[in-house]
Amino acid sequence: MDGEAKLRGVGDSLPRLDAGDKVGGRARYTDDLFRPGMLHAALMGSPYPFARIISCDTSEALALPGVKAVLTGADIPANRWGGFINDETALAIDIVRYVGEPIAAIAATDLATAREALDLIEFEFEELDPVLTIDAAMADGAPLIHENFAEYEKRPGQGDLAPNQVSRQSIIEGDVEAAWADCNVVVENTYEVQAQSHVYIEPCSALAEVDESGKVTVWSANQSIYKVQASLSKALGLPMSKVRAITPPVGGAFGGKSGVTVQPITVMLAQKTGRPVKLTLSRTDDMMMMRSRHAARVRVRTGAMADGTLVAHELDVIYDGGAYAEDSAAVLGFGLLMARGPYNIPHVKLTGSAVYTNKLRAGGFRGFGNPQVTFGTEQQIDEIAVRLKMDPIDLRLKNALQTGDLWVGGQTVTSCGFRECLEQVRDAADWPTRRQAPAANGKRRGISVAGVSHICGLLGTSAIVRVLEDGTITLNTGAVDIGQGSDTVLAQICASSLRLDIGRVNLVAPDSDASPYNWGTGGTRVTYMVGRAVESAAGAALEQIRQHASEIFECAPADVELRDGGHVGIVGVPEKELSFAEISGRAHYVTGGPIIGTHALVYDGQEFDPKRALMDHFPFARIGTYVFGAQVVEVEVDEVTGQVEVLNVWSAHDVGRAINPAAVEGQIQGGVVQGLGYALCEELTWEDGQPTNPTMMDYKVPGALDTPTNIHPIIVESEEETGPFGAKGVGEPGLVGVAPAVANAVAHATGVRLTRLPLTPESVLRAMTAE
Amino acid sequence: MKRTLLELNVNGELQQAPTRPTATLLDVLRDGLHLTGSKRGCDQGVCGACTVLVDGRPARACLMLAVDCQGRRVTTIEGLNESGEAAAVQQALAENGAIQCGYCTPGIVVALVDLARAGGGASENDVRRSISGNICRCSGYVKIVEAAVSLLGGKASDGR
Repeated sequence: MDGEAKLRGVGDSLPRLDAGDKVGGRARYTDDLFRPGMLHAALMGSPYPFARIISCDTSEALALPGVKAVLTGADIPANRWGGFINDETALAIDIVRYVGEPIAAIAATDLATAREALDLIEFEFEELDPVLTIDAAMADGAPLIHENFAEYEKRPGQGDLAPNQVSRQSIIEGDVEAAWADCNVVVENTYEVQAQSHVYIEPCSALAEVDESGKVTVWSANQSIYKVQASLSKALGLPMSKVRAITPPVGGAFGGKSGVTVQPITVMLAQKTGRPVKLTLSRTDDMMMMRSRHAARVRVRTGAMADGTLVAHELDVIYDGGAYAEDSAAVLGFGLLMARGPYNIPHVKLTGSAVYTNKLRAGGFRGFGNPQVTFGTEQQIDEIAVRLKMDPIDLRLKNALQTGDLWVGGQTVTSCGFRECLEQVRDAADWPTRRQAPAANGKRRGISVAGVSHICGLLGTSAIVRVLEDGTITLNTGAVDIGQGSDTVLAQICASSLRLDIGRVNLVAPDSDASPYNWGTGGTRVTYMVGRAVESAAGAALEQIRQHASEIFECAPADVELRDGGHVGIVGVPEKELSFAEISGRAHYVTGGPIIGTHALVYDGQEFDPKRALMDHFPFARIGTYVFGAQVVEVEVDEVTGQVEVLNVWSAHDVGRAINPAAVEGQIQGGVVQGLGYALCEELTWEDGQPTNPTMMDYKVPGALDTPTNIHPIIVESEEETGPFGAKGVGEPGLVGVAPAVANAVAHATGVRLTRLPLTPESVLRAMTAE
Repeated sequence: MKRTLLELNVNGELQQAPTRPTATLLDVLRDGLHLTGSKRGCDQGVCGACTVLVDGRPARACLMLAVDCQGRRVTTIEGLNESGEAAAVQQALAENGAIQCGYCTPGIVVALVDLARAGGGASENDVRRSISGNICRCSGYVKIVEAAVSLLGGKASDGR
């Protein structure tokens, strides 16, 4: 429009809505909040991986001046909660199952006093034989980590589980056993992947307050106010209407805050003292008490014909779930769904289980079971290319899934930019030249690729769009922006749906007393799912605007058109125009309030096809739409030290449509670097069940000097027709293919294939010298 | 433990806070003075989210005893907000999409303001070195570095 600034919305690389607050230190995260009379709390962790609590004496701690409450497992309700199996309590009751498991909590007038008092609690334990590995958990006669497992409340359909087994699932298509005979080449290997710590920079934190009626208000770092509300209701035995969950800005989560963290115990301390209580974990407590990515062992066998056609793929994965079940069943199910990868392979047998061990619980972490299996599958495809002397990108292109093909399980893929991703990384990387590039003296040089697939979709999602009296907009979704930028993206979708500038859209912070339902931030879903809800809610508001306008104009609603900048007019009559303010103002007098558009949905695409695939104990009937990517990594390996230096990463992702290209790039770059940490240096380690590196000094997160300068994000747009403005998600995929791409590049450089993460200099050097 | 009344020069103002002798500067800034822009990410001097200026030099507030800061000038992100260098750094970060969760951001702003005040063009490597003590788990550093290089002028990536 002449004379007016361009409307800022979908497709623009806009700064985050909260960028100003964040750069100025004005964003108030949970630990930045203070309430009158507020107490500070600290937790005590178990010193043993597996032990019975014999006795506990808290009298000295209680006597310390400033201490207002001490709670142990004996003082709290024995209400258990969980993702699929209700096996957790806010503090260990009778038995401790991992080192660091919270066993006591103290609230005091200041944090130093609370921590000092922890040292005054006397516990007596009877040590039990800990179960520390997958093999130990599955061994005949292994000690039962949960002796009352049979009595726990579970989601239906878990099937018969072996001792210490949390879940067992399979997806079978075709006839793998018969298919091996058709293969000219078969590769087989076992891959091991480690536990990775989330290390969001904001440790888990909650602030709880209880009013006279018993209603609880909890500010906390989380990924879903409604999961917090539901879990607290379960843990505390309170009706949901008595639990209000609010989310201040969240300092990173990556899946680590998707379940309940410290909220229940914080509320219990607030109930006990009658005062507001804040509990923020120390970094070490956070790393020892909360959760990690699942360590796993993946046995994979893949076969192809001489021309590179993939024929059969068999994968069995065992995820180490740690001491509590949490989301392990979903991680396993999703891992299996991703285990074939974005390839047409007619015969697949994907099986797996998750088991309890006496270690930190494992939970969702960017990729959600996918990086573990992809580390195996993508290395096997690479190995087949080597064996057949084919180019690894050509081999992938030959077998690449396309729009209209079927995912494992029988769901039709509705938009697939996988080929474009492979072609674009090939071109951007100048692949033929770099595949031949000579190494410097004392170095080996290599470059290779991994394919990536993931989903976005899942469960309940809703949005409310309100047109205020002055024509500005309030958007309320209940979705939590954990740092990835979804608030901004949703405001962009809202603005463009209404053809307004984003400056006119106000976003409501998540509050379970006010926000519509949202299942959570996870599964790469917010842009796609909540974006759809926002677009439709805006559409519903527009219908009402049209109706009001038609009554004012005395024309048919169909003759009312939306015009830029918050106006409607009559089609073909430029001078007939009304502003949103005029219409909303009228609505307040005619219908008694603002114009409110709402929409709610769950993922509504195709279900899996049980006639086509045998899906045993699979936890999802339908899950989402598929996203794709391809990642090329170039490395230099030092012949003397085994150090892998990453020279370049090209990471192409099919995002449907980039709502905010800079934010999309940020997700890709951040995912790549987290993936490089997973590939090269990050590993939570234990010795006899004791964590050996639960600090940021001992657990290495990549810093600015450890990170390659050349990370090249590439956006591929495949236009998903069900997505808002064609968009899909991008939150997780940037991490998923990095580790296998690095391992493939190292294999290209050295001729040695490493099957265990991380690829430390020691492990690379050992493998090279063993050659 | 006994508390003494500590007098600190923070952001150009003399501030008093009752403090334990073991309290760190970060404890006093956050819990005593409610200057919460400095974040507690690790409390062990690794993550850099608590970076402040002490007598004009970057320091980790979690590693300094508050009592040792008496008689010195402490500048937090809240105090830097008034300065031109900070405004330019903040704008560059915001406009380049360098902010995600934001928890590391105040520390990074402080580190980059220190680099800006040093004067002269900063190369990509200079920028990376200046924030090498600031862990960002979200961004992969790329956009932070791009923002700083675009602002502070420098050589292009040396392709190391």
